[in-house]
Amino acid sequence: MAFQILLNVFLGFMWMVMTVSFEPAVFLKGYLLGLLIIYIFRNLFTSRFYLLRIVAVLKLTYIFIRELISSNIAVVKTVLKPKLDMQPGIFAYPTILEKNWEITLLANLITLTPGTLVIEVSSDNKILYVHALDINDAQESIDSIKDTFEKAILEVGR
Amino acid sequence: MTEIVKGIVGLLIAVGVLLHLVAAIGVIRLPDVYTRNHAASKAATLGIMVILLATFLYFYLINGQFNSRILLGIAFFFLTSPVAGHLIGRAAYNSGVKLWDKSVRDDLKTSRSSKKE
Repeated sequence: MAFQILLNVFLGFMWMVMTVSFEPAVFLKGYLLGLLIIYIFRNLFTSRFYLLRIVAVLKLTYIFIRELISSNIAVVKTVLKPKLDMQPGIFAYPTILEKNWEITLLANLITLTPGTLVIEVSSDNKILYVHALDINDAQESIDSIKDTFEKAILEVGR
Repeated sequence: MTEIVKGIVGLLIAVGVLLHLVAAIGVIRLPDVYTRNHAASKAATLGIMVILLATFLYFYLINGQFNSRILLGIAFFFLTSPVAGHLIGRAAYNSGVKLWDKSVRDDLKTSRSSKKE
């Protein structure tokens, strides 16, 4: 992916040199033309077309911000409720992610999800121990939410 | 135009301050370290991000001053505060802090005790 971006920047410079006008707008035009060229020759690269991965990163950022806001609403509700009737607990969450940065990203996402906080990652990187603020209604819905997270992270890392 | 901007900025700062207030109340009111950690690490994060965003918008749209350090600060808070929450919780658990009256706390404890045997 980094190679494709570098190639695209190089093609933008090529366009500037070919038109003999060194301005940002000309570079942008050359960059877009280079993007088209890379798209046409996308089968020759070992990794996939890099714009798809950038779209996946943007989608993940959107999920991050949305979850941050909804988790804050949940915390405000819990704190300001007159009766403290939540039931906290720690549950194990087996993850299918393997690379270290993916697990870090998943742990950060879980920490910002409504009512969950990562306490410990097991030493073989297979299980996350998550402290839930309210374990009864959370369990299943949290699992489904995390399936979307894991899917989004896999989409970025592919 | 400036009135609209001032209104939005005021609203954002009010939301941020209220979130900080709720985080402080949560730290006093909730029963144990882990639930307090929930309140502190989430509400305070979004609160400070919203206040910084409002500061950035005010200086950019009214004074015409683009202060990129504020945006960098928002990014750093976004990345570091969940890690800080995780580390506090982990340190508390490893030094043996007990949980509140709980339903399914056993997962980590059972895995630890089965490893010892």
